[in-house]
Amino acid sequence: MTLTLTDVTLTYPDGGTRLTALDRVSLHVAAGTLTAVVGPSGSGKSSLLAVAATLVTPDRGRVVVAGTETTGLGGAEKAALRRERVGIVFQQPNLLPSLTAVEQVLVMAHLSAGPARAARARARELLDAVGLADKADRRPHELSGGQRQRVNIARALMNEPAVLLVDEPTSALDHERGAAVLDLLAALTRERSTATVLVTHDRAHLDRVDGTVTMRDGRLTAHAPA
Amino acid sequence: MFVAWRDLRFAKGRFALMGTVVVLITLLVGLLSGLTAGLARENTSAVTGLEADRLAFAAPPDGRPVSFTDSAVGERAWRTWAGRPGVTAAEPVGIRTLDAATGDGRRTAAVSAFGVRPDGGLAPGTVATGRVVLSRPAADGLGAAPGDTVRLGGSEMTVGAVAGDASYSHTPVVWTSLDDWQHLGGSERDRPDGGRATVIALSTHGADLAAGDEAAGTRTLTLDESLTAIGSYQAENGSLQLMRGFLFAISALVVGAFFTVWTIQRGADVAVLKALGASTPYLLRDALGQAVVMLAAGTGVGTALAAGIGALLGGGEGAVPFVLDASTVLVPAAVMIVLGVLGAALSIRRITAVDPLVALGSAR
Ligand SMILES: Nc1ncnc2c1ncn2[C@@H]1O[C@H](COP(=O)(O)OP(=O)(O)O)[C@@H](O)[C@H]1O
Ligand SMILES: [Mg+2]
Repeated sequence: MTLTLTDVTLTYPDGGTRLTALDRVSLHVAAGTLTAVVGPSGSGKSSLLAVAATLVTPDRGRVVVAGTETTGLGGAEKAALRRERVGIVFQQPNLLPSLTAVEQVLVMAHLSAGPARAARARARELLDAVGLADKADRRPHELSGGQRQRVNIARALMNEPAVLLVDEPTSALDHERGAAVLDLLAALTRERSTATVLVTHDRAHLDRVDGTVTMRDGRLTAHAPA
Repeated sequence: MFVAWRDLRFAKGRFALMGTVVVLITLLVGLLSGLTAGLARENTSAVTGLEADRLAFAAPPDGRPVSFTDSAVGERAWRTWAGRPGVTAAEPVGIRTLDAATGDGRRTAAVSAFGVRPDGGLAPGTVATGRVVLSRPAADGLGAAPGDTVRLGGSEMTVGAVAGDASYSHTPVVWTSLDDWQHLGGSERDRPDGGRATVIALSTHGADLAAGDEAAGTRTLTLDESLTAIGSYQAENGSLQLMRGFLFAISALVVGAFFTVWTIQRGADVAVLKALGASTPYLLRDALGQAVVMLAAGTGVGTALAAGIGALLGGGEGAVPFVLDASTVLVPAAVMIVLGVLGAALSIRRITAVDPLVALGSAR
């Protein structure tokens, strides 16, 4: 299962005119590989993720998520695609304040058809995989920034997504913790065969990825081999 | 309800505060409902309890509303009614509020004397000339028992029986014979038409009422319609119902405001859930379910309190008139929940309008 963007153009209204956030962007990410998108702030990286996540509809171009052509899908179908095929790791961890770590992960099972008996076990297994087995019953305010980011990653993986979209996961972390999170993402990508897109504005830790593309003014300008 | 339940517990303080408001408003509505029904019963039970389906009043002068105080019907009128096809009974009823006293004059009470024909079947016991039937509240008020003597507008009468709890215009009823009633106070005899009774209680079965009214010079109302002819009832009941209506409206608005603020506060969480793929029905179920849980809990406690306080108020001597039944307890509770959910539904648009893009932190 893969993620494919073909000639995607996205504009936002900007005063009387329109601001081009993505300019004929094409990108292909294969299952089990991790592609980094680097570029300065405002270059369009988050917009790229938003299009891939079906959160915004591009003006032009095709977005195919795990074999599903997303052009023309309705809101409910896009939501279903997101919860079943796409994992999103947000820039801020975006945890829900009233839920414990294991419930943050478990909520994904509740959003889908209905919680299977196995769901809780799987949520615990994922927390274990991100190194938080002993923090399962803590609420967000009882976790450190790095720990919250790990819960964020575990949640994204709960419904076995085909596509994993990661937005600047290390921006709130120090160098060492950032490296650990990237190691984790690289390992999970291989283990779970996700097509992973990692957006970042710093070039540290990029030795772990399979490919890097550079974003500038809404254009993918260079395709540097890993 | 996965997230909604946990939010309820996590934001205990806020929901407890709002729940308390619901409890208090429900308590107020419950007490008011019981009291309204209780007062209405004190005002009207003698009329609603009559063995009849309609009352014929003397036709009022043009443009004037029908009223018990102004109505006086003569013998010709009820004889006319009794002879109409479809009328199975036409019984004259004299109604007059006056002071009653015990034989020794030591205790007095305001009562409504209802004069009926001894064989008319309207009184709950046997009335005869010089023999009255006291309703229980009248007997309590006078401290009288069967066999005692009571004084009614200057005449001495014997208490034949104590029965029923009919009450009219907040005074307990004393049933007398129509003859005795016609001699209470005396002024009735001076009326041109004879003025032998106040209204005529009709039992009808497919009678032509308009034609009957025409023939008898009366205006016929159903028992329920005739309540508005009791002067004190309409004003009293109207203002109490208005208060109740306002309380319902206030609670709907307060609950609506609470859930609107609450929804705005958790807008970021809603955006995250949407980005994660939550369907709109899922989010609405969660939000409305939360409102129902809070309303049901608050209304339940408030209703239980109202029922408890109502039982205390309504029981015992010299009690407050308070009716405690399904219509005064469960109906207001159900209305509170329904209106509360409608109030909470005002916040629905704020949920559907949330843009999940916010969760990515890329929107400005
Ligand atoms: N929701 C939006 N509405 C209007 N303009 C936006 C919106 N999101 C982003 N932009 C603009 O689009 C451009 C690309 O933004 P973004 O994709 O967030 O870049 P990056 O993630 O690389 O910082 C920027 O100029 C930004 O101001
Ligand atoms: Mg960004």
